Parts: sequence; C-alpha cells; structure tokens
Amino acid sequence: MTQFEIYSVASVSLFGLGLFGLIALPNILRKILSFNVLGVGIFLFLVATAQRDDPTQPDPVPQAMVLTGIVVAVSVTAFALALLQRLHGETGMTMLDDEKAESDQ
Amino acid sequence: MRDPSPWVILIPLTSAGFALLLGHRSIARFGVVAAAFTTIASAFLVVDVWRHGTRRYPVGGWDAPLGIELVVDGLAALMIAMTAVVGLLISIYSFRYFSDPPDLTRLRESADVRPSIGEPWGQSRAFWPLWLFLWASINIVFLSGDMFNIYVGLEIMGVSAVALVTLSRGAVATLSATKYLIAAVIGSMLYLMGVAILYASFSTLDLQELSVRIEPGNPATVALVLMSAGLLLKTALFPLHFWLPAAHSAAPAPVSAILSALVIKASFYLFLRLWMDVFMQTTTRSGAVFVGLLATAAIIWGSLQAIRQIRLKPLIAYSTVAQVGYLFLLIPLAVPIATDSWNVSATEGGVYHAISHALAKAAMFLAAGAVMQALGGTDEIGEMAGLAARLPISAFAIGLAGVSLMGLPPSGGYVAKWLMMNAAFDTAQPWWAIIIVVGGGLTAIYMFKFIGLAFRKPVEGSSFLPSSAWLEGPAFILAVLSILVGLRATPIVELLSK
Amino acid sequence: MISLAENWLPVLVIATSLVTALCIFPLREEQVRLRSTLNMIGATLKVVFVIIITIGFLDGRVYQSRLQFLPGLDIVLSVNPISLAFLGLSAVLWFVTTIYAIGYLEHADHRSRFFGFFSLCVTATMGIALAGNLFTFFIFYEMLTLVTYPLVVHRGTLKAIKAGRVYLFYTIGGGALMLIGIVWLQSIAGPVEFSTGGVLDHVAHRRSELIGIFVLLVTGLSVKAAIVPLHGWLPRAMVAPAPVSALLHAVAVVKAGAYGILRFVYDLFGIPLAASLNVLTPLAIMASVTIIYGSIRALMQTDLKRRLAFSTVSQVSYIVLGAAIVGPLATTGAIAHLMHQGLMKITLFFCAGNFAETLEVHSVDQMNGIGRRMPVTMGLFTIAAFGMIGAPPVAGFASKWYLGAGGMAADQAWVIAVLIGSTLLNSAYFLPVLYTAWFKKPAVPWPAPGKRFETSPLLLLPCAATGIAALLAGVFAGSRWSPLGLATQIAAELYDLWI
Repeated sequence: MTQFEIYSVASVSLFGLGLFGLIALPNILRKILSFNVLGVGIFLFLVATAQRDDPTQPDPVPQAMVLTGIVVAVSVTAFALALLQRLHGETGMTMLDDEKAESDQ
Repeated sequence: MRDPSPWVILIPLTSAGFALLLGHRSIARFGVVAAAFTTIASAFLVVDVWRHGTRRYPVGGWDAPLGIELVVDGLAALMIAMTAVVGLLISIYSFRYFSDPPDLTRLRESADVRPSIGEPWGQSRAFWPLWLFLWASINIVFLSGDMFNIYVGLEIMGVSAVALVTLSRGAVATLSATKYLIAAVIGSMLYLMGVAILYASFSTLDLQELSVRIEPGNPATVALVLMSAGLLLKTALFPLHFWLPAAHSAAPAPVSAILSALVIKASFYLFLRLWMDVFMQTTTRSGAVFVGLLATAAIIWGSLQAIRQIRLKPLIAYSTVAQVGYLFLLIPLAVPIATDSWNVSATEGGVYHAISHALAKAAMFLAAGAVMQALGGTDEIGEMAGLAARLPISAFAIGLAGVSLMGLPPSGGYVAKWLMMNAAFDTAQPWWAIIIVVGGGLTAIYMFKFIGLAFRKPVEGSSFLPSSAWLEGPAFILAVLSILVGLRATPIVELLSK
Repeated sequence: MISLAENWLPVLVIATSLVTALCIFPLREEQVRLRSTLNMIGATLKVVFVIIITIGFLDGRVYQSRLQFLPGLDIVLSVNPISLAFLGLSAVLWFVTTIYAIGYLEHADHRSRFFGFFSLCVTATMGIALAGNLFTFFIFYEMLTLVTYPLVVHRGTLKAIKAGRVYLFYTIGGGALMLIGIVWLQSIAGPVEFSTGGVLDHVAHRRSELIGIFVLLVTGLSVKAAIVPLHGWLPRAMVAPAPVSALLHAVAVVKAGAYGILRFVYDLFGIPLAASLNVLTPLAIMASVTIIYGSIRALMQTDLKRRLAFSTVSQVSYIVLGAAIVGPLATTGAIAHLMHQGLMKITLFFCAGNFAETLEVHSVDQMNGIGRRMPVTMGLFTIAAFGMIGAPPVAGFASKWYLGAGGMAADQAWVIAVLIGSTLLNSAYFLPVLYTAWFKKPAVPWPAPGKRFETSPLLLLPCAATGIAALLAGVFAGSRWSPLGLATQIAAELYDLWI
C-alpha cells in the first residue's frame, strides 16, 4: 500500500464514521462532533492528494481548500453550538426526538 | 460597469457586512437600497448576456486553471434575474414586515387569537445582514465556475438560511432550524467529498475544464452519487424532504418565501449543471429514471400531505415538496436515450418551472404572511373564511399564484408543463406526461380547498385587521408576474440558449 | 397584404372585455355608475368590432392576429365562418346579459368582483371563438374554467362552494385529458392550425393514435358540453346568480364545449377523416343518450332553474348530434342550433331570474297564475319554451327539422326517433309549466306591481330582446341573414370543399 492509499482508506473511514454519526446519533452535540470528524476525513483526503505525486513539492490547491474548509467548519460548528444552546434554553432538549417534533407540526 | 458579474456578488456581500454596523432605524432602508442596487447589477448582467452570450470573468485577473472564474451563460443569467426580481420584492415586503409590529389591540378580545407562531416583529437588525449574505451566496452558486468556490457558496447559503429561520421565536422554530442545519450540513459535506474525489482524479476544480477531462469510471461515478445525494438533500427531493416542511413553515413569511423560491433553486441549479455538463458521460438512463421515480413520489406525497394540512404555511411548504418533484422530472426527460444531446424542450421546461415556481411560491408565502398579520398571527385555514372579501388583494395573489402552480394557462407553470409534456412525447415516454397532469390535478385539490374557503362568507365575529399595501403589494406583483411569464415564452427560452 | 386593422381587430375584440375587467376590479363597491358605464362601453365596443369583422369577412377580408409564443408555436386568433357564428352570438348575448346583470345585482355584494370575472368570462369565450389553433383554444378554454369559478361560488354559501368544487373537479379533469390529447397530437402532427376541411391528412395513416387523440379531445370538451355522464356539474352550478346561469348555459361554458366539438370535427380532423376513423357514430350515440336522459331528468325537477339546467344538458347535445352526423343538412342544423339554443335558453333564464327577483318564485309549484301578474315575462318564456319544444315558428323548429333531415340523408333514421322522443319529453316538461302559469289560479293573490310595470326595465328589456330575436330567427329562417341562413352557407362551404 502506498502512503496515499493508506491515507485514503483512513480518510474514507473517518468520512463514513462521521456521516453515520451525523445521521444516526440522536444527541445533537454528538451530531456536531460527527460533522467535525466527517470534515477531518475530507481534509485528510485532500492533504493526501496534495502530497500524492511529489511529497517534497505538494500541490497548493488542495491545501488551500483544506484551509478554507477548516474556516468554514469552525464557523458552522460555532453556529450549530449556538443553535443548540438556544434549543436547550427553550425546550431543555439535547436530543432530536423526531416523534415529538413531528407531532408539534 | 465593464463587466457586471462580480457586482451581483460584491454588492450584497459588502452591504451585508456594512449592515451589521447599522442601528434598528436605518438598517431596513439601507437593506432595500442594497437590494435595489443588486437588482440593477443583475439587470446589467442579463442585458450583457443577452447581447454577448456566455461571459467569463476571471476574479482578480487570474485565469481559469489557477484563478477562479465567474461564468455567466443563459441559464445562470436567468437564475440571477429570477433571484433579483423575487429578492427585490421580498426586500420591499420585509422593510415593512420586520419593522412594525401590527396593532394587536385592535383585534377582537376573545382568547382565540393565539400568536401560534412567534412572528419576528421588529427583528430587522438580524434579518438584513443575513438576507444580504444569503443573496450573495446564492449568486455565488449561480455564477461560480469553480467546484470548491461553489461549496463555499453552498455553505454560506446553508448557514444564513438556517439563521434566518431562527428569527421566528419559539421552540418549534428552533427545532426546525436545527434539523434544517443538520440536513444542510450533510448535503454540503457530501458535495465536498465529491469535489475532493474529482480533484484527486482529474486535477481540476474548474467546471468547464472538468467536463473536458472527466472520464467515466469509478471515481466519476462515486463523485456523481455523492454530489447528487448531497444536492438532492439540499433541494429536498422526496424522501430527503423531511426537513423542509417544518423549516419552511416555521420561518417568518418573507424567509419562507426566500427559502422556497430561491434557496432550493440554487442547489437544484447546481444539480442540473452537474448532470448537464460535468457528468454528461457518467450519468446513465437508469440513474435518470431513478431520479424520475423519486420526483413522481415527491409530487404525489407532497400533494397528498398538502391536502391534509389545516394550516396555510405548512400547506404551502408541502406544496414546495411536490413542486420540487416537477423540477426533477426534467432529468428523465432530458437525459439522452439514444442520442448524444440533452432534450432541449425538457431543459427549458424545467428551468421555466424553476422560475415560475419561484415567483408563485414567493407570492404565496408573502400573501400568507400578510394574511397572518391581519389575523393576529394565526395561519389556521379555518379562520380565513371570507378572505376574498376582506383582503381581496392577498386572496387574489394566492389565487393567481395557485393557477401557476396548477399549471393552468395562461401562466408560467403552464408553459413549463407544456414544454415538459412535449418532451415526454418527443422522447417516447408519455407516462411522465400523465404524471405531470395528475400532479396538476392534485395541486388543484389543495389550492381550491383554500380558495373555496376564501370565497366563503366570513364567519360571524371574525375580524381581519386591514393589511398594508407594502405587504400585499409585493405579493400581488409576484403573483401577476407568475402569470405574465406565461404569456410569451420566447424571450426566456432564447436567453436560455445564449 | 393584410392591413393593420385586419391584424388587430381579433385582438381588440378580446381586449374590450379584458380591459373592462381590469378596470372594474379595483373599483369600490359604491361606484355603481362608473362600473355600469364601463361595462356598457366594453359591451358596445365589442359588438361594434364584431360587426366590423363580420362585414369585412363577408367582403373577403382575412382577419388574423399572431404572436409567437415559443419558437415554432404561435398564439393565433383568426376568423372563419363557424367562429364568426359563435363570436356574433357571444358578443350580442354578452351585451344583453350585461344590461340584465346590472339590473339583477342592483343590491348585491361584491359587484366589482362579480363584473370583473363576468368580463373575464366573456374574454375567454371570445378567445375560444377566435382561436386559430389547438394551443390557443386550450389556453382560453382553461381560462374559462378558472374565471367562471368565482362566478359559480359568488354567493359564498356552503352549497355554492360545494358546487364550485364539483365544477372544478369535472372541468379540470376534462382539461387535463384534453391537454394530453393536444400534446400527443402535436408530437405526431406538429403544430397545426384550424382550417376548414381539416388539417390532419398528412398523418391520416396513424389511425389508432388519431382515434386515441380524438377520444381525449372530445372527452375533454364533453365535460363542458355536459354530455352524459360528464354533466354532473351543470345542475349544481345553478346556485350561481341568474345572469351567470344565463351566460353559462347560453354562451360561455356549455357552448364552448359544443363549439369546440364542431371546430375539432370540421376544422381540425375534417369530416372525411373523422368519418373514416369511425368515431362519429359513437359520438352521435352519446349525444342521443344525453338528449333523452337530460329531458327525462328535466321532467323530474320541480325547481325551475334546475329544470332549465337539465333542459340545457339535453339541448346542447343537439349541436353535438348534428356535428356527429355526416352531411350538409345535419351540419346546418348543428350550427343553427348553436345560435338558436343560445337565444332561447338565455331568454328562459332571464325569465326565471325575473320571477325569482320580482316575486321570489323558484319552483314550478309556485308559479300558479304568474302569467297574469307578469304577462310580458311569461309571454317571452312561452315563446322560448315553444322554441325548445321545436314548435314552429320559433327558432328551435328549424334546427330540429334540419337535424332530422340530416339524419335521414345520412341513412340514420334512428335520429328521427331520438328527435321525436325528445320533443315529446320537452313538451312534457314545458307545457305543464305554461299551463300552471297561465291557467291555474294563485293560492294567494300576487303582490301588486307597485309603480313599475311588472319588474325593472333593466330585467325586462334584455329578456324581450332575446325572446323576440328567437322568434324572428324562426319566422325569417329562410332569409340569408338568419342564423339558419348563415348556417346553410357555412355548411355548403364545408361540403363543397369535400366534394
């Protein structure tokens, strides 16, 4: 296995793990954490791509993408946390209880 | 303005930043002016494309492989124009909507009046920066020629849209917003993974470059599936629509209008772009038919749910679920069967539907907002008997917009239906035409359930407050526009082919 | 060379009522005088324009307006003989109905809304009359559905809303079938325009598809033409105010359906093609069933307006029957009846409205001796009723005669049986009304007329105009300018082309 393949497998695993958490975990805080795991998976993949051909002269484009991506991920996380805090303040909920939510509608 | 393309992004973006500094009094005025300037820039852009065809604009002077390009073709120009027209009218509406709380003391005394939804009166400071950010991000998605740049646009769009939903007070809104955020984030992450795979395989982010370099194979297929799934989730195609009805009905009326009319169109546009240009060789008939089946399910399920609703805003929101199905029907109609090219008539139909739905749905949500304010915050349909007599302009607006949604002539919705049905027969798939017609019938059921009630005699003792022309006017104009675009389709179809 | 006027007159005919509608909607409720003036200006201008077109057309001018809708697809308004017949009828009857409606709704609610949609309804009807291709026809046909809905539900009662729902259920369903047929036809034949004698010969070999299309199109039209079993909406729609019923039955909705069938058979498929597809005989049978069924149901009604409604179901199918029988005589009968039935039925509804408005009489049982209290109205009612029965010299006789003769000429003698049966039934449901009204004594004496003679002149005059017109159309049926004379010329032209 080349270095790139190892990184790829690792990043896809992280991606899958994060996606699973984001969809399946009912706890909202865990969903937010899963989102970050998922993001890290993608970033890892991009960094690996950058180094694939020539590790001494990495391709700057994926690295720029990762930098931007991290900024976006941080902002989204902050916003999500604020939203969670408000939800908790208003309802005391920390979980997405689908049954209850739909009966409210 | 030598090249208007960057301005349609820069004006709302910088105005959004500047608006953060403004106080409660001046911000609404500033917001409307910013919206007007964005609209003017959009008009320049459309004229430019009309005269010169597709335009490319290298941001900061860097050309495609290295720098980021803005690309405006007929389709993008149409979407920009749609956003400008709808956006400007929503802005005018919001000027009034978010500044003045209605005079609740004039309502009848009975306890029936419960502000069931926390209407965000007096929240203009939060609304305007978010809305202008959102507008900028929508335009980024339409204009960007770069896959990653589009991702950034999508993410800003998602976050500001969710933030706008939270302008409604109350737990229901917050919960809906949370679900919306999760759906939006999953959608954009799936998209980003697709972008990463494409870059790893074909070493470019430029849409045009990519459509040249891409080769059918596993990486392309995986990227196609991931990105399509992400965008279907963001556009809320059945069964990935679960977040939409709650979010669109819990949001304040102008925000509902923005979300239903514009935000889902941006992700739909991107989906179309990917299938039409980038993944032209990767897509398959079976994939297209699968999308078509989901679209069919969306039309039927969304309409049936809309029929069941007893409140107006959820009804309109479920109508969006159904109408999104119509948008995606273009995929099985347009993806080539034996030939090498997309079916033009189907594409025209889909785009026409996107435009007329934007106008009609925005009109409907805005009118619903006006009606709700006149009723002191409730949107229970049962309370709205006699609407046609008491608030004739709003009732008219909902009726006209309904005509367009049903696809009855003369209206934009009818043109869309006509083009798509033609495509169905031309490509020897008449069953899609039958689905289109059945969907129109279902739409008529839920629309006339409401319209019939509006014509009823008002219930004894019900009290409508008078509404303001600033609220009813924009809704009415949008509804009239949704009819007018159906009178002559040639200009729009020609612009699309530029 | 087509001059400016010839390009614009068809548009102007439509615009007169469209502009009227748009001006009326924003008016306040109490602006009665302005509203009535606008209405009358619109109605008068329309009649003037239609007269100009008629004269010009007889001089051999070609009237056509055209607007590109999509590349390769135009919205076309054009004048041909059949459309002229329908156009003239609608313009004239709109004029009288407008006067009647102004009188009838003197104290009603929401008059701006009413007259706005009323004008839109006529706009749509004019569009249907002038439509030069299927696409244009369909646009106005569906518009008619939409703009008549607010008129049907105008009273805002639960019953009215339910009637509106049923109305839409039928008409939107019919429209959907028609749309499928139109798109299907476009896909095999391209965009075709109506032309005397038919325009589908180039695809005549695709028989089964053409049959399917014919069935879809005619089913869509049958809903509005109230052919059994698609007539269910019509009696319910009687909850609408009387002028609406008058217009719906005599001019707009049911007529649009019947006119569409004439147009599709003669100017789209053409008689030879339609006959060769073997679709006309089933249509004739459907029409005959409707004629008999409608009459039987009419017999069973005690409510006067409902009785008239079922009578419409029956009478409109005479037109369809005429269209479905091949031969110039039957065609003449169909086109003549299009106009005759309009004149007679509108008179009957005006009279029914007068009874309801003046004396609150809605049911046949209440009509004892009403002829003595309102002799003029009842006299006109009598004329029109005799016309419906087919008694000479009123107009209805002429059209029935031609239909019967047409049936004989086409070796379809059973048509005679249908006509005789329906005439007996017509007599059975109209004659008792006449007897009750003229010869029975009222249980309670009728209230005195007050200062006015019988009833408001705004109600009486339109009624008199149409009633006398129906009589004159029958008396002078032999004239070249009578509806029958015109129908004869149109039919001759249609069959000349064929032979």
